[in-house]
Amino acid sequence: MKRILSLLCLVAALWAGSAGAALDPAILKGLASDDFDAKQAAVAGLAAAGDDADAQRLLKALSDDAVAVAGERLLIVAGDQVLDAASGAALKPAPANPESISLNNSLRQQVDGALAALRLFSTDTAERLAAARLLLADMGDGAVLMPLLDKALAHEQDPVIKDILVRLHAQASLGSPDATVRLKAVQELGGSASPAVKALLLGLLDKQGEDFVEPDEKVRLAAQTAIKAIDGRLAWSDTAGQIFTGISLGSILLLAALGLAITYGVMGVINMAHGELLMVGAYSAYAMQALFRARFPEFVDYYVLAAVPVAFFVAAAVGMAMERAVIRHLYGRPLETLLATWGLSLVLIQAARLLFGAQNVEVANPAWMSGGVQLADNLSLPWNRLVIVAFSGFVLLVVWLMMNKTRLGMFVRAVTQNRPMAGCVGVPTARIDTLAFGIGSGIAGLGGVALSQIANVGPDMGQGYIVDSFMVVVLGGVGQLAGAVWAALGLGVVTKFLEGWAGAVIAKILVLVFIIIFIQKRPQGLFALKGRFVD
Amino acid sequence: MQNRRSFIKAAVLSASIAAIGGLSASAYAADTIKVGILHSLSGTMAISETALKETALMTIEEINAKGGVLGKKLEPVVVDPASDWPKFAEKARQLLSQDKVAVTFGCWTSVSRKSVLPVYKELNGLLFYPVQYEGEELEKNVFYTGAAPNQQAIPAVEYLMSKEGGSAKRFVLLGTDYVYPRTTNKILRAFLHSKGVKDEDIMEEYTPFGHSDYQTIIAKIKKFAGEGKKTAVISTINGDSNVPFYKELGNAGLKAKDVPVVAFSVGEEELRGVDAKPLVGHLAAWNYFMSVKNPENDKFIKMYRDWAKKAKLPKAESVVTNDPMEATYVGIHMWAQAVEKAKSTDTDKVIAAMAGQTFKAPSGFTLKMDETNHHLHKPVFIGEIKADGQFNTVWKTKGPIRAQPWSPFIPGNEGKQKL
Repeated sequence: MKRILSLLCLVAALWAGSAGAALDPAILKGLASDDFDAKQAAVAGLAAAGDDADAQRLLKALSDDAVAVAGERLLIVAGDQVLDAASGAALKPAPANPESISLNNSLRQQVDGALAALRLFSTDTAERLAAARLLLADMGDGAVLMPLLDKALAHEQDPVIKDILVRLHAQASLGSPDATVRLKAVQELGGSASPAVKALLLGLLDKQGEDFVEPDEKVRLAAQTAIKAIDGRLAWSDTAGQIFTGISLGSILLLAALGLAITYGVMGVINMAHGELLMVGAYSAYAMQALFRARFPEFVDYYVLAAVPVAFFVAAAVGMAMERAVIRHLYGRPLETLLATWGLSLVLIQAARLLFGAQNVEVANPAWMSGGVQLADNLSLPWNRLVIVAFSGFVLLVVWLMMNKTRLGMFVRAVTQNRPMAGCVGVPTARIDTLAFGIGSGIAGLGGVALSQIANVGPDMGQGYIVDSFMVVVLGGVGQLAGAVWAALGLGVVTKFLEGWAGAVIAKILVLVFIIIFIQKRPQGLFALKGRFVD
Repeated sequence: MQNRRSFIKAAVLSASIAAIGGLSASAYAADTIKVGILHSLSGTMAISETALKETALMTIEEINAKGGVLGKKLEPVVVDPASDWPKFAEKARQLLSQDKVAVTFGCWTSVSRKSVLPVYKELNGLLFYPVQYEGEELEKNVFYTGAAPNQQAIPAVEYLMSKEGGSAKRFVLLGTDYVYPRTTNKILRAFLHSKGVKDEDIMEEYTPFGHSDYQTIIAKIKKFAGEGKKTAVISTINGDSNVPFYKELGNAGLKAKDVPVVAFSVGEEELRGVDAKPLVGHLAAWNYFMSVKNPENDKFIKMYRDWAKKAKLPKAESVVTNDPMEATYVGIHMWAQAVEKAKSTDTDKVIAAMAGQTFKAPSGFTLKMDETNHHLHKPVFIGEIKADGQFNTVWKTKGPIRAQPWSPFIPGNEGKQKL
């Protein structure tokens, strides 16, 4: 198929070359047709006629979805202006009822590939480099671009770009009828670290009926060697990617559980409404986004930064109100606290439903948190996850400093270790309780802001995290920051490796089974309270 | 003892809360026909189902404005089963035995439909189910206005395997873990086998409802796709998990040109919550797209926009229509026509009158209710996501095709096509 296509485009190229500057009407007709093959041939023809300004303009317009057809005539719609696609002349008045021409995936790939290949002839080195990289990531049908690559390779002076072009050329010449050319190409590709190249090489080893796709045995052997080399390079980045996803999940678990570690550790309060404090934080982020969109649209990308303190204080206020109104009266009665806080969680969920509606709300990632950084061909780390990992590290640092370097932190630790004695030496234990609860809740609010960037924000979002948070606190040992950190990261990485191995559903079950066994073996992990219950 | 008492307390508390939430006020009036609307307005499915409730209310108002049915006005009874499957059965029973509705329009997930089925059979009620589903079911009390697998899933996979769709050779079957994705994937696997695709070229993955961390799965898909041959993903993910899935897809840079994702439960409404720019080119298969151009559709879209403004829906200026909304709209109109024909709202008489009903649908085709199998004859569209969250139709059938609720690719289904 590919061979036929490349022949076809060669013919089209020769033909277009002899026809001169104006665009071949057959191409225009093909683009306007409903038949996929005709469209494809037309795009290949455009790519081959690439030096022509009219062809370039039309390709660009196709890639921007700006081409329309009215009757027999092909048009380029640029804002208010309507141009004739063949000549580029502005049409006045514009023809009535233009119907836009749309490309599907394979055609778009071809158009974008052709556009990138044309940019290889730009005078700007940076643009040439960008185009070469783009092609390396995604070339589509190499045979179509072969003539352009040949020409670009002959012209190119810059060593870096030339290097990429050599590889691209090798990639494109895998379909060459000459076995020595193919052998050279395969050997060249062995130096790559891209899954796309590996896929191409694997394709050579496939069988079509009885015969191999690649008839020459030497080429097949070379391909096997090349695949092995690529595999070696891919393996480390695969593992690195898996560890990163584990750390990313761990950082989210940590943010969700850190606040709980404080309230549970200090006061022994089993706060079932903790998940809802996350929800309060996430809705604060939503509210800030709405405020920024309405009032400061130019700074809308920074609403997350503003949401951080707001979420902290709103969640802390809600938490302190809960403590003052309900929990304070139930100290020392864990079961009643459990029930009461569960009731509070229902109240909070319903309140969110009344205020914001039962449906999920949309919290958009700011532009600087979208996309990712490409570390290797098969490893790209999304910005939103990187930011959250860094953010959880920052929150951890602040909490550690607060607990260990401030007077309030000292009081909190004193109350945790020995409440009556702390009271005797003048620590206002009741106030410390309220403040500690407020801080724990505020940290949950911060976790909510982080969650709003990756998960859905809805009234019952907190329910999904309460179990996970408790798992972290239980696993890490109560009242210890270091325990929570290790437990969160450990659970995150283990969950992600299990998911990769057995799927998300089984992984969830296995983790729960693990926790159950753990609690049986180490029950002190569960209720090893260092607070007043022990003393 | 202390322990047990607390748990009893907890149980009583939760039960009473559930009961309070479940009460729905409904005034009784003899000169109206009651119509039940059974869609989740909260929980994981609310993202999809809320719009169906609005469509149903809009259609009922439209019918009432034209004089109602049999000279009586329709009176909607809306209940919220909160994405909780047992609650669907509870609410269905309440609609049938307490509110005495003549018909119910509702359910989205197959698990909710399966959970209400026994109630409708026992009380001989009438349910209109508006969503594409896995088939393998044919009940006297249910009319299926969504697509059966041969009206959505199979054509979509055929498209992916065609040259036009990128000649995919390997497939990732990705879904939420419940009956619809599992059964659909069973059918698709059998279909792929019949096309010569081997088991090692098929990867099947499931996630729980409400799953929000798709990093591992995307990494796995990337790896699977890197093992040679063109790979495509067939997604039967349902509910709000789609938002994190597509977000992750965009962030991980998995482009439609390399690995196209075709979804069966993602439409215009679900894409409203996502930035669609990184998703351009990913696909969906439906029997209707909002971008379809014809006078019926223009009317339908305008009607819904006006309704959104009137009902003060959130972001009323940007509401969209989608396939299950169209199916709801068609279903209610067909039911009204059948009641007029039967001159009664009696379940059995209406079921008899439904056979062969036709309606000019917003998809631009005149849809017909099959005489024997309770499914609509529907056209199939395959569309690619555009940057504005709409779909660009890249393939469609020439006309409506008949449903095969019992897939011919599953052994033992021969001769089951009729009720």
